[in-house]
Amino acid sequence: MRWLTRRSRVPPVLRLSLAVILAAASIVGLAAPPSQGQTSPTNPNGGAAHEFNPPTKSPEAPAPGDPTKSFPDSPGLRALGYTLYQGTCASCHGIALQGTPGVAPSLRRVGPGPVDFYLSTGRMPLDQPKSQPLRNPPLFNRAKIYALIAYISAFGGPRAPTADPAKGDLTYGFHQFTLNCAGCHQIVARGGITVNAQVPDLEQANPQEIAEAVRMGPYLMPHFDAKQINQHALDSIVRYVLWTRSPINAGGWGIYNIGPIPEGIVAWFIGLAALVIVARLIGERMDERT
Amino acid sequence: MNLIDRYAQRRFLRASRAAEQRVGLAGGIKWALRYVFPDHWSFLLGEIALYSFIVLVGTGIFLTLYYIPSDSLVIYHGSYPLLQGEQMSEAYRSVLNLSLSVPAGLLFRQVHHWAANVFIASIVLHLVRIFFTGAYRKPRDFNYFIGLTMLMLAILEGFAGYSLADDLLSGMGLAIAYSVAMSIPFVGAQLASLVWGGPFPGNSTFWPRLEIVHVLLIPAALAVLITLHLAMIMRQHHSQFPGPGRRERNVVGTPMWPAYALRSIGLLLAVAGVLFLLGGLVQINPIWQWGPFHPYLSENGAQPDWYIGWLIGALRLMPNWELVIAGRTVIPNPFWGGAAFPLFVFTVMFFWPALERRVTGDIRRHDLLERPRDRPMRTAVGAAFLSWVVIVFAVGSTDRIFYRLGVSYTTQIHVWRAGIWVLPLVVFFVTLSACRSLQRSGSHPLRAWQGNVVRRSADGRLEVLSDSPDRVVPPATEPPVGTVPGREFES
Amino acid sequence: MSPEDQSPVTRGAKFVGVLVALRAAARAVRGRAPGSPPPAPESDVDPSRRTVPANPRMEALVGVLLVAAAAFGFAFTVIYIVASANTQLLGIAMGGALCLLAVACIVAGKFVVPQETHVEERGPLLDEEQTEEVVTMVGEGGEGISRRALLVGAGGVAGVAVLTASAAPLASLGPTLNPLHQTPWARGVRLVDDQGRPFRAGDIHIGTFYTALPEGKDPESFGAGVLVVRLPAEFIQLPAARRDWAPDGILAYSKICPHAGCAISLYRYPTYAPTSQVPAFTCPCHYSTFLPGEGGRLVFGPAGRALPQLPLVVDGEGHLRAAAGFHEDIGPSWWGVHRAQS
Repeated sequence: MRWLTRRSRVPPVLRLSLAVILAAASIVGLAAPPSQGQTSPTNPNGGAAHEFNPPTKSPEAPAPGDPTKSFPDSPGLRALGYTLYQGTCASCHGIALQGTPGVAPSLRRVGPGPVDFYLSTGRMPLDQPKSQPLRNPPLFNRAKIYALIAYISAFGGPRAPTADPAKGDLTYGFHQFTLNCAGCHQIVARGGITVNAQVPDLEQANPQEIAEAVRMGPYLMPHFDAKQINQHALDSIVRYVLWTRSPINAGGWGIYNIGPIPEGIVAWFIGLAALVIVARLIGERMDERT
Repeated sequence: MNLIDRYAQRRFLRASRAAEQRVGLAGGIKWALRYVFPDHWSFLLGEIALYSFIVLVGTGIFLTLYYIPSDSLVIYHGSYPLLQGEQMSEAYRSVLNLSLSVPAGLLFRQVHHWAANVFIASIVLHLVRIFFTGAYRKPRDFNYFIGLTMLMLAILEGFAGYSLADDLLSGMGLAIAYSVAMSIPFVGAQLASLVWGGPFPGNSTFWPRLEIVHVLLIPAALAVLITLHLAMIMRQHHSQFPGPGRRERNVVGTPMWPAYALRSIGLLLAVAGVLFLLGGLVQINPIWQWGPFHPYLSENGAQPDWYIGWLIGALRLMPNWELVIAGRTVIPNPFWGGAAFPLFVFTVMFFWPALERRVTGDIRRHDLLERPRDRPMRTAVGAAFLSWVVIVFAVGSTDRIFYRLGVSYTTQIHVWRAGIWVLPLVVFFVTLSACRSLQRSGSHPLRAWQGNVVRRSADGRLEVLSDSPDRVVPPATEPPVGTVPGREFES
Repeated sequence: MSPEDQSPVTRGAKFVGVLVALRAAARAVRGRAPGSPPPAPESDVDPSRRTVPANPRMEALVGVLLVAAAAFGFAFTVIYIVASANTQLLGIAMGGALCLLAVACIVAGKFVVPQETHVEERGPLLDEEQTEEVVTMVGEGGEGISRRALLVGAGGVAGVAVLTASAAPLASLGPTLNPLHQTPWARGVRLVDDQGRPFRAGDIHIGTFYTALPEGKDPESFGAGVLVVRLPAEFIQLPAARRDWAPDGILAYSKICPHAGCAISLYRYPTYAPTSQVPAFTCPCHYSTFLPGEGGRLVFGPAGRALPQLPLVVDGEGHLRAAAGFHEDIGPSWWGVHRAQS
């Protein structure tokens, strides 16, 4: 954790006092991590988080034996995370991560994956609760994101998934992507739309983010469990997505690999335009006729 | 003439005599060599279409030699890594192999596809020129009908062509075409079953049928119509813009031999050259990236080639109206956008010459063209109608506009459902007033002022009123007298 | 500019030079124009002219262009032999050769060969006399026939009959319409994934979608694909008649859009419903949007009817099976489509 102490601007004294506050808060149960015995918030028939919130889509847990991503954790990190959380997130997600009805979901038991995904891609914090979370420059640096992950993960939830494109199979990845992802993300992962939301292209998504997104389903995206997309399929999909950044464009300039719209523009404004200019040069104009 | 030239000419004469003793065409050839083409660059738009068609036939022959019209499921083991072991139709595999394994196959496929896009684009531009200069008037109305028919056939031909590949994108397009065919009231289901040989995606006879339609039936029809089109032009001679010495009863221009022939061959080569450059340098329809089609698969942002874009726009714009009587669907929704809309557009274009004759009462023969501004009403109606179709076309890319510019899809659809009626009206009035003010000022929107303002006096003589824009032009009498010399045939 | 402007880098500086020369030549020709007399207002001026350029510089240019075209042409053959997979080089070589030839022809046509303006009179198209003669000649062909009406009528009937007879075999192209009402789904058919593995009810999670196919049936048939989702009770408001179509909140719908037959492959499920939207299927072709919780009701887009729902049951082993076939026709509507009463 030396990198943390190097980069943190929070003085040790303050950090220590924050940890004490956090511990005190935990004792009174305000922000205490829930016990493992509680029902899942996706269960429509119960769950504390559900009493005032409609069902939310909780992240799918990696299957036993699947690789997971570990994030740094320490009381100091959690303390920093607590501060950051209270300053930036609590106004919507609640001071005890319980969510605010009609504004934002509970963050209890979401685990580290969604926190890492939303913060690293700059999708959170949102300016308006009803805005669509879109990729932005992240608000927090890596250290602060780790602090928030450490704090929010302390409330339970599945471990973060991960993916290794080197273990994936490109052909299988293309097949799985076509079946599960192309309907929204376009077949070469160039992005698209659904009726009231933009679907991002995946040109900037890194393997970790893709793995997290597949398992959690950010915003309106479905989430996929290990039975639907197992670890090998996930590795393969990630490999395919990385491949789409420079697909085989045997035909020349790929014009964004999104099909007929740019093709039509080229046909009219390069092909036909060039030929009209040739025609203009060939055909004598009226003002030359004297 | 030097000695060598004399010798060559003698040899040429001898060869010509030998040929003439057998075919006897010298009179016709002489007529053809002196055949006059009026000079204006916009008359070459149709030639661009013609030469694109020639490129299409040439490259198409190459492609037919490799295409297999079969829906049998096969397993791919070709050179493309991402589809190894994938199940696909034999048709799709044959196009994959043509693209990625046959030497120069991809070049020819891409040139063919670019040629198709440019072919139809040049037809549309040609049609726009014909319309706004009044070139469809008697005696050219028959030829205008032939041209419209060719445009319809070309759109159908292009759609059939890219559907042959049986990739994911074209498969989705075929599903939509099937749905539109099904939606035709009373006979739709029979018609679609007739074409597909059963419910979508059709039985195994569908692919050979589609191929024959694409490589034989429509191209043959186009070839016949092109021949008719050109034969009628030669019989009637080209129309021409008014100008010095140009009258209704003559045609002024460059004779076929030698200057025009060289320029026209130059245009043919330029068309082929541009298409080969595009085909080699800009990728079009990379079917290996789309993957094979199965009815249960689709992708986001699927679009047809540009000339079908107006139909997808109409399908998207249409509210979910269906004519249902007593629980029975009489007119399903895709009929409105996919069939009724193009039918309406072409019907209007087919009936326009007759409509104009009825409104203006002008049934005379016209061989001189009109500048758009000199017929403000026609120009305004045409511009409004064109803008109406272009808006529907643009609506076909609303999803990409939402993706790139963030304008909500639903907002766009709702705005355009009203805008489609408002904007053409605005275009109409703006065009009308633009034409009238151009008529008054006599200036060219792009070029410097030229020509004289003349008035015809009672005894038929022409009197120059103004020869430069600096001089005050007296108010024109109604109807406006021509603003270019040589327009004395008016009034 | 001519088309070669598109790739000046690849074509080299030589080509730019050619263009410059061409433009200069065009200017030179145009420059002569002011010398000629201004247009006379009379339309009877004779625009005929014939000029012989006798322009050795342009002839030389055409020669250079032809040689360059030849070089590109040879290059194509060489590339074809040694690097036929390189579409870009092939395209540049062939396109370059053609464009150079085009420029050569156009330069020759405008600046090397004699430039003529010729006037040709347009004859009338309608020749009254000849037309009358043609009509008379055709009419004379029927001289001496007394039962003209009978022959013409019978000929017409015969023509129509033979035309109908020759068109009739077209009908053999299409089979009957019965298959339109058929799908591979029927009572008891198990739902399997694209690898043929059956779906268990317990595998169906909230917040995602599954594409299911009928076990043992043709997956390529139009009606085969089915979307399966599980929804929490809050989102389910099925019509009364369908109350038992969704065991454990698991719902199945045809994957084929009832608008224009595309596969519906967008499923949105909100992470947090109050700030976004309820779960819905969307077709990526024309964006018809259907609510799985409300029997496939359309909420946006052009589809004329709801998404057909497939009733489900969970069998003793926990596998999903169709409780019956579709209650209405799947896919695009047509005259005679069986649609659910709403």
